[in-house]
Amino acid sequence: MIVIKNLKVDVGDFLLQDINLTINSGEYFIILGPTGAGKTILLEAIAGLYPVLGGEVWIDGKEVIRLSPEKRRIGIVYQDYMLFSHLSVEENIAFGLKLRKCHKGKVKEKVNDIAEVMGITHLLHRKPQSLSGGEKQKVALARALVVEPAVLLLDEPLSALDPETKERMQSTLRDVHRRVGITVIHVTHDFEEAIALGHRVAVLNDGRVAQVGTPEEILRKPASEFVAHFALSRNIFNGEAEEGEDGHAFVDIGGIKLATVTELTGKVRLSLRPEDIIISKEPLHSTARNCIQGVVSDIAHRGAVVYVTVTLPPEFICLITRQAFEELELREEVSVWITFKASAVHVF
Amino acid sequence: MTKAHVWRKPDGMSIVFVLLSVIILVFILAPLVKTVGSSSPGILWNTLLEEEVYFSVLLTVYAAVIATLVGLFLGVPLAYLLARHEFWGKRLLEGLIDVPIVIPHSAAGVALLFVFGSNFFAGGIFHTIGISFFNSVAGVVIAMMFVSIPFLIDSAKEGFKAVDVRLENVARSLGASPWSSFFRISLPLAWRSIFAGSVMMWARGASEFGAVLILAYYVPFFGHYARVAPILVADRFASFGLEYAQPVTAIVISISLIVFIVLRTIAYRGQKA
Repeated sequence: MIVIKNLKVDVGDFLLQDINLTINSGEYFIILGPTGAGKTILLEAIAGLYPVLGGEVWIDGKEVIRLSPEKRRIGIVYQDYMLFSHLSVEENIAFGLKLRKCHKGKVKEKVNDIAEVMGITHLLHRKPQSLSGGEKQKVALARALVVEPAVLLLDEPLSALDPETKERMQSTLRDVHRRVGITVIHVTHDFEEAIALGHRVAVLNDGRVAQVGTPEEILRKPASEFVAHFALSRNIFNGEAEEGEDGHAFVDIGGIKLATVTELTGKVRLSLRPEDIIISKEPLHSTARNCIQGVVSDIAHRGAVVYVTVTLPPEFICLITRQAFEELELREEVSVWITFKASAVHVF
Repeated sequence: MTKAHVWRKPDGMSIVFVLLSVIILVFILAPLVKTVGSSSPGILWNTLLEEEVYFSVLLTVYAAVIATLVGLFLGVPLAYLLARHEFWGKRLLEGLIDVPIVIPHSAAGVALLFVFGSNFFAGGIFHTIGISFFNSVAGVVIAMMFVSIPFLIDSAKEGFKAVDVRLENVARSLGASPWSSFFRISLPLAWRSIFAGSVMMWARGASEFGAVLILAYYVPFFGHYARVAPILVADRFASFGLEYAQPVTAIVISISLIVFIVLRTIAYRGQKA
């Protein structure tokens, strides 16, 4: 278990203060905050790599604030991997084990084991420079995990990856977390990443923890502008993805089925941007594969745009221009059709 | 099969820049080529076998190597600190480190004598343990070191700056002590810059004239008396004239060039691997 009490850190332009967090053993904990919120520095402070002004950090019942980083039993993985370019992949992973004066055979065994878990056995003899982004991130994870730290700190581990690799790495992270059972603290500015991976999420805002809760709690009762903005700007649903074909699959979100583009199956979350939905009075004949009837239940004017809530149920928030709103002559309780492409639905 | 582009009249700026470049290249290379090329290999060989020349070259190479090694030991830690930390007065300190490059080297020699002369400050301390810097190999070494160490410190500093501090962070998190992270991560990754800086320091040290002239003009060296090569060249020119100075000069240039090219090749090969 990781307990952070009253941690105070000088980030340069502002202070991180009153940071109080309790992270349970084996939990996947997300720290969410906008860019420049001091998330990386918070991780480095926990790791003992950045000086703190005050507070306590407890790792598995031991206060470590005065311990040097190498004595804290933490693993850290950065956004841009930070692989040692003068060493091979194998030597990178073995780095921590060799420092521990592990027996040679034991080192090889452990490196091979973790490489197998991460699916990078075929890369062991390569140099880091020749790897793709996703491969590099797996090596960085393997290197951190192989020394069996008490907690794994992930600094924006998916942010440098292209969308497709990102989705795959997300399930790799979930998978590895389940298999290894390690406590993870993962910082990100990406809301979808946070609710896709986190058991619990802490929202960092203005140098303080604005809110801690499950993804559902955070979404339902956003305590910060940053979260509220996100919650309002996305339609988010829980659903069950059916076995699909060629990357296309239907996802059941409580009664209605949406056509989506995904390889995932089972319990998933969906998000859909309000501006990707088209509202019409009649069913649209287009290539968009989702066209569903509902009733306008709420209208909110925001200057040149209008947020229209359409209830099927569930509720879909749609964003249209004021001009379109007037041409459609929308009022509450009017029956309308909403249309959006399968590819506009983000499944995670 | 040629991949020739469609011919287009070169623009005026390119023509002018190429012409100016040719002039400066000729200016750099002509004296070197002329001097080295004017003596037959036989004459060069015989000159090198002259005891005075032979010991002079040895002394120069040897003292510059010692100066560079001491420079590595003392300069690399400073370079690392400068690359990693921000502190008040850092800019000023960085400027001061480069002062030896900008002052006249004869003045540097006099200044060194004021500290390392046996009846002065540091010189006195060393004198009690039997090391004298006046007209001794040790004097040659500190004169060379003084004027050439900025090259090593600056280059090593840039090398360390290019190593992301987060690489060290990762090493620390994996269990490395500060020493271990320095020797296993920072040093290997900055090595090329440190090596390049060492080559520069060695070359600059070996070609030093002014400071060595003041501090250690004529020194006992392995049972002989010797002068460093730059002083030997100047002496031969002053005493016997251009013709007599030429073969020695050719040897000094050749040796400098060979060492420099060999070391740069080593550094370059490391880059490719």
